[in-house]
Amino acid sequence: MSANMIQLLWVSTLQTLYMVGVAALVGTLIGGPLGIFLATSRRGELLSAPNTNRVLGLVVNIARSVPFIILVVSIIPFTRWLVGTSIGTTAAIVPLTIAAAPFIARLVETSIREVDSGLIEAARAMGATPFQIVRKVLVPEAMPGIVLGLTLAVVSLIGYSAMVGAVGGKGLGDLGIRYGYQRFMPDVMLIVVVIMVVLVQFVQSLGEWIAARFDKRAPRNRGR
Amino acid sequence: MTEAEDRDQPAISFQNVTRAFPQKGGAGDVLALDDISLEVPAGTITGIIGRSGAGKSTLLRLVNGLERPSRGKVLVAGQDVGTATGAALRDIRRKVGMIFQHFNLLSSRTVAGNIGLPLEIAGTPRAEIAPRVDDLIRLVGLDAQRDRYPAELSGGQKQRVGIARALATRPRVLLSDEATSALDPDTTRQVLALLRDINRELGLTILLITHEMAVVRDVCDHVAVIEGGRIVESGPTYGVFSRPDHPTTRSFLKGVTDVALPGFVASRMQPQPQGPDAQAIMQITFTGQNATTPMLSRMTVECGIETNILAGAIEEIGPNPFGSLIVSLPHQRLQEARGFLAEYGMITEELGYVG
Ligand SMILES: Nc1ncnc2c1ncn2[C@@H]1O[C@H](COP(=O)(O)OP(=O)(O)OP(=O)(O)O)[C@@H](O)[C@H]1O
Ligand SMILES: [Mg+2]
Repeated sequence: MSANMIQLLWVSTLQTLYMVGVAALVGTLIGGPLGIFLATSRRGELLSAPNTNRVLGLVVNIARSVPFIILVVSIIPFTRWLVGTSIGTTAAIVPLTIAAAPFIARLVETSIREVDSGLIEAARAMGATPFQIVRKVLVPEAMPGIVLGLTLAVVSLIGYSAMVGAVGGKGLGDLGIRYGYQRFMPDVMLIVVVIMVVLVQFVQSLGEWIAARFDKRAPRNRGR
Repeated sequence: MTEAEDRDQPAISFQNVTRAFPQKGGAGDVLALDDISLEVPAGTITGIIGRSGAGKSTLLRLVNGLERPSRGKVLVAGQDVGTATGAALRDIRRKVGMIFQHFNLLSSRTVAGNIGLPLEIAGTPRAEIAPRVDDLIRLVGLDAQRDRYPAELSGGQKQRVGIARALATRPRVLLSDEATSALDPDTTRQVLALLRDINRELGLTILLITHEMAVVRDVCDHVAVIEGGRIVESGPTYGVFSRPDHPTTRSFLKGVTDVALPGFVASRMQPQPQGPDAQAIMQITFTGQNATTPMLSRMTVECGIETNILAGAIEEIGPNPFGSLIVSLPHQRLQEARGFLAEYGMITEELGYVG
């Protein structure tokens, strides 16, 4: 394998990490608060805003049901308006983020909903404001689940990032298609797949490790 | 408000409180509480006892505004909780601690972290939280567990954390919703003793709900029996135990103060005497100081009525001994014996006849 090819693999890996990293970060900044809101705003709940809850829930569902590749091409005008171009690695971050945010919102919502309602009651009895309950009770208690959810989101993003070659997003997936498939270089394809497997493994292990550090509940499946 | 007024005023006062829950499907309302009036004297431990669904939790949750009355008023230290909202309500809640059957501790925080939570919520400066938390940890005897997580504690230890947490903001009132129901009898006794100590040392008013008469017997100064959303009986624990009026109260007292009739007597018991040698079976409830006075032997000496003790038990309710005896005696002398014992403030009940 040529030095040139090794250089190309390295650059593509960095592009993938860049796209996934930024999309995950921005997706969390949008999806996290959105998920918390969805989990606490039904009628009679902490932030009780049933109408807003329904509208946002609908938006999230629509965003989640659009196939990723269609999302990528259909938001090209929006992408151009946002980052000045619709082609390239940075431009590809826009559809990745838009796909990640509602997914993360649902994952965060689920984790928050699993927090024992008795804890909310205890916090209310202490005179906590809804915001304090979210910050001091719901989020810390849901943290292990949230971290595992984010791990899942990042792993999905690594997969999605392989599809953004359609808009010149580059990255590992694009490299695999262009060289491995279109130029008949199966060894490149193989190396791309191996790198992605390693990435996914690494992200998964890291996520589980962090989640375990947050998790102070009684071990579930130990010592039987 | 002056000190004197403060002391005379009940810590909690329910005034004709009704709480209706609308039913699903619009089939009228469920009356969880039906015109309840009750005063909880400051500095006492008051128990609310009732069966499942009687409305105990609803009543308790009115005190810190987790539940609102449909009608009537709930006053805590003279403040109307039922209509308080926002900052005013949160302020009242900080003056009312609460402990729960399932502890409701944050799994993500250590013992110290859990106890400090209400202080963080109240905006207490960090520098003041640490020493206060240390004091509370010492108060409930968890020095060795300070940095442990709830998952590493026993049930009794968890409830101690719950108690310390409830006391963090120095409330005047503590609410306890079945706080010992998830604990074994030994641990229950320890937790109740802790509540009793706190009540005495801090002058805290405690309102606790339970479905166990033994809990009432062990710690409560006053008790109210609730059934179908109404208070059917209330008063000083001692009085309610010695003269239960309502059938619900009696059924709760079964097994706590009751002495079982021996099987050989129970199986031969008749509603009427069957012959001249028939024996009357009588239950005597001992109250106050005379519980320890040998009344039966005095009756034998003064009236010549011989009694035979079939079963008996004596226990303590607060500082008072309290007991119950089942005796047999010649049926012709029954009325005379009851009269004699009544003069000494004892309560007698005719159970039946044997022979
Ligand atoms: N949020 C609610 N919505 C509708 N009905 C309710 C609600 N909360 C309580 N109830 C009803 O009010 C009645 C009293 O309930 P409550 O929880 O106060 O009983 P409890 O005495 O605490 O019972 P337990 O010993 O089982 O805890 C019950 O019939 C219950 O179904
Ligand atoms: Mg209850």
